[in-house]
Amino acid sequence: MTTTAAEAQKSGGIGKDLVVYVCLLALAGLQFVIAYQNIDASQMFVRMLAVACVEAGLAELFFMHLWSEKRVFLWFVVLFTVSVLLGMQYGWTDSFRMINGAPFSK
Amino acid sequence: MSQADLTMEVHSSGMTIGPVFSIPTKKLAMWLFIIADTMTFAACLLAYGFLRNGTPNWPRPFHSITNVALMTFILLTSSLTMLIGLRSARAGDKAGAFRWIMITAALGMVFALLHIREWIGLMHEGMTLFKNPWGTGLFGASFFSITGLHLTHVTCGIIALMAVGVRYKGGRYNADDIEVLGLYWHFVDLVWMFVVPLVYLLNLTH
Repeated sequence: MTTTAAEAQKSGGIGKDLVVYVCLLALAGLQFVIAYQNIDASQMFVRMLAVACVEAGLAELFFMHLWSEKRVFLWFVVLFTVSVLLGMQYGWTDSFRMINGAPFSK
Repeated sequence: MSQADLTMEVHSSGMTIGPVFSIPTKKLAMWLFIIADTMTFAACLLAYGFLRNGTPNWPRPFHSITNVALMTFILLTSSLTMLIGLRSARAGDKAGAFRWIMITAALGMVFALLHIREWIGLMHEGMTLFKNPWGTGLFGASFFSITGLHLTHVTCGIIALMAVGVRYKGGRYNADDIEVLGLYWHFVDLVWMFVVPLVYLLNLTH
């Protein structure tokens, strides 16, 4: 363990963990509220995904102590993960083509 | 000699180069595993989104959120108990750390049992991997694949929690090993935050 991460765990009390835990519970609750809103599926998807990303960020930074690691490691994890996840979006156009015909070939 | 000293290397020009991340090997290995596993789950969820978006009669079979809300609460709480266990371990409270790790494992078991109960309920309604009474058979395949992969991770986590907890109590593992295991457990929790909205909440019957 790096000195900074270990020190952060020792110095920070359980209070910070509890605050993050309550925030995560509240955000999870917000997702359930969004599920019962009278909006179309695409809007619902975007809102829920946004909340899930915030939840994941909180969990990674504070529960997994990424915030206490060296910044270069934090950026390595974030940039590498996000770039691969963005690369995976390549197939979406084809799923729209499946349901809407073949708009790109016209 | 510290691990940082061991991983130092002397460049050909004579300059000493320190480790870039200054992170222990086990922890770095777990982070790399987590990044790789993120890709696995992301690929599964993207494939699911692709199918859902491209299939006109996608089923919405979930009537109630009670079970999934309870499962979410239990898994989030297990992350907190894992953190308390790690803090106890760092403070040298061996008995306390062992107790909290076992509580975490117990919460994981409750989550797994609720999950299996839900699966059995859906199977009784006629849902299998290849067919269901509500629409396209792809729903069962994607649902069981994604939740099954997550349940497998939870099950492995429970086994690991018990194994590491017992060995920690016996003095073979230390607080660093608990932290590495905690990373995995929090990751399982993190994945669930995406599975719930995409697989459950978007498929609620309104």
